Amino acid sequence: MYNTPQGVSVETEPESSSDVILPLEAQRSPIVEVKQLNAWYGSQQVLKDVSMKFARNHVTAIIGPSGCGKSTLVRCVNRLHELVPNATLTGSVMLEGVDIYGKQIDAVDVRRRIGMVFQKPNPFPNMSIRDNVVAGLKLAGVRDKKKLDVVAKNALQQAFLWDEVKDKLENSGASISGGQQQRLCIARALAVEPEVILMDEPCSALDPTATAKIEELVIKLSDTYTVIIVTHNMQQASRVADYTAFMYLGKLIEYDETAKMFETPREELTERYITGKFG
Amino acid sequence: MNVRRRIMDRMWLGFALVAVVLALLPLASIIYYVTVRGIAAISLSFLTHNFNQVGTNGGIANALEGTFLVVLLSSAIGIPIGLLSGVYISEYGTQRIADSVRFLADVLVGIPSIVTGILVYSAVVVSFPAPYNGYTAFAAGVALGLMEIPIVANTTSEALRLVPNSLREASTALGVRKWRTIILIMANAIGGILTGILLATSRVAGETAPLLLTALGSTQTFQGWFNSIETMTLFIFQNGTSGTPYLVQQAWGASFILLVTVLGINVAIRLVTRKRIVFV
Repeated sequence: MYNTPQGVSVETEPESSSDVILPLEAQRSPIVEVKQLNAWYGSQQVLKDVSMKFARNHVTAIIGPSGCGKSTLVRCVNRLHELVPNATLTGSVMLEGVDIYGKQIDAVDVRRRIGMVFQKPNPFPNMSIRDNVVAGLKLAGVRDKKKLDVVAKNALQQAFLWDEVKDKLENSGASISGGQQQRLCIARALAVEPEVILMDEPCSALDPTATAKIEELVIKLSDTYTVIIVTHNMQQASRVADYTAFMYLGKLIEYDETAKMFETPREELTERYITGKFG
Repeated sequence: MNVRRRIMDRMWLGFALVAVVLALLPLASIIYYVTVRGIAAISLSFLTHNFNQVGTNGGIANALEGTFLVVLLSSAIGIPIGLLSGVYISEYGTQRIADSVRFLADVLVGIPSIVTGILVYSAVVVSFPAPYNGYTAFAAGVALGLMEIPIVANTTSEALRLVPNSLREASTALGVRKWRTIILIMANAIGGILTGILLATSRVAGETAPLLLTALGSTQTFQGWFNSIETMTLFIFQNGTSGTPYLVQQAWGASFILLVTVLGINVAIRLVTRKRIVFV
């Protein structure tokens, strides 16, 4: 018996994630594959031997209580984890079969292909709405104004934001509402044409209406992109995700089609979490 | 009891008010005295003529020019080095290195300017090979530049640290290279960075001690970087203590101009920090 950070007693350590059965679709054509990933902040281990495959053009949700390592997992997938002082990791993350932690690989290229949307909307406050959308391209040296305008419009349309901001593209990116800002951040991520989009609790700072819009957008995006979404909110996972992974204390406990996971979880721990017995 | 408490309350309020008056009185009298005595000395010819010891039509043209040039050189040295140090402290160094460099910069800010002066005196004025030795505008610029570095470095690193980390992450996650991310972060901190630059400039523009050991002073206009040079503060120092009423009055005039300049820079700092500046 030991106490978890949530103050709930659990009999034993959760079982190793290598026993987790992966969903069929993810097995067949994974775009991202995490292999035996361990991650630390200083001496504190936050990911323990996590292995999982992410299905192309689907939405995969990662759920679990605070501190279970779900954010760290997605931050390892686009190499943001390594920017935290004293953060380390072992294992590998494959993108289309190539290890993104390989010696020849430039982290900047990885982040181009794997975009990210954060918990709190973080538009660049000193830039206009338009410049925010194309910031990734402009900061990479693209200067062709016509091309940038086209990209900005496309990205804003894809993010369901164009109609709301088309008349105020020159206003500051910080001047719109929180929900709009978050869709602006999604448009900004789309503008660099990534293959995978990571979302780290993208709705946790938003009201229900804004949340509904983002959820609708996430489902639409999975036609073209692979979306990996971290969420606190189990209803959200069941609404948007094709697959759901449950993590606990740094381990992957269960990973399955969302419907199966919520209706007939295999692990007792999963059941207890999704029925609200802890978390 | 209640009455006693009220009396104590009033008493402390009274002490505080007296202290404020004592603090503001000298300040106000400096501004008043400098303005009244200074304006009497100011005329167009005062601003456009060089120093003249005997006549009545002397002015501060060469001192103004000298201060401008020496501050220009010092900024050319102090701003880039200070800026890059500030960027290093905030964006690159590990916590330990950053902390030690910041501590060092704090110490450097506190070094008495005369000490910087004697250092440059022995390293440049005495040690440079002829004809680059002796009291020179160059040595003066170096001395003031050394003083600018830690001021700019400290304010830059503080301004950068105020930019939320979420913006660094947003930029990095877009696949933006680190140096471009840093430029973006600097754009977001531009108010603070400009404040530091103006602060450093106005601080060294009013320095005298290191200039006594490096610039020496001159009655002529700029004669090249490796000749002695006049500055406003040296003009005030030499004429103010000369005992000749006419020259003392000229010193007051110069004081007024210097005061207005430095106050002007400080007002500019206020405006800069209030206004959001957009670029990139």
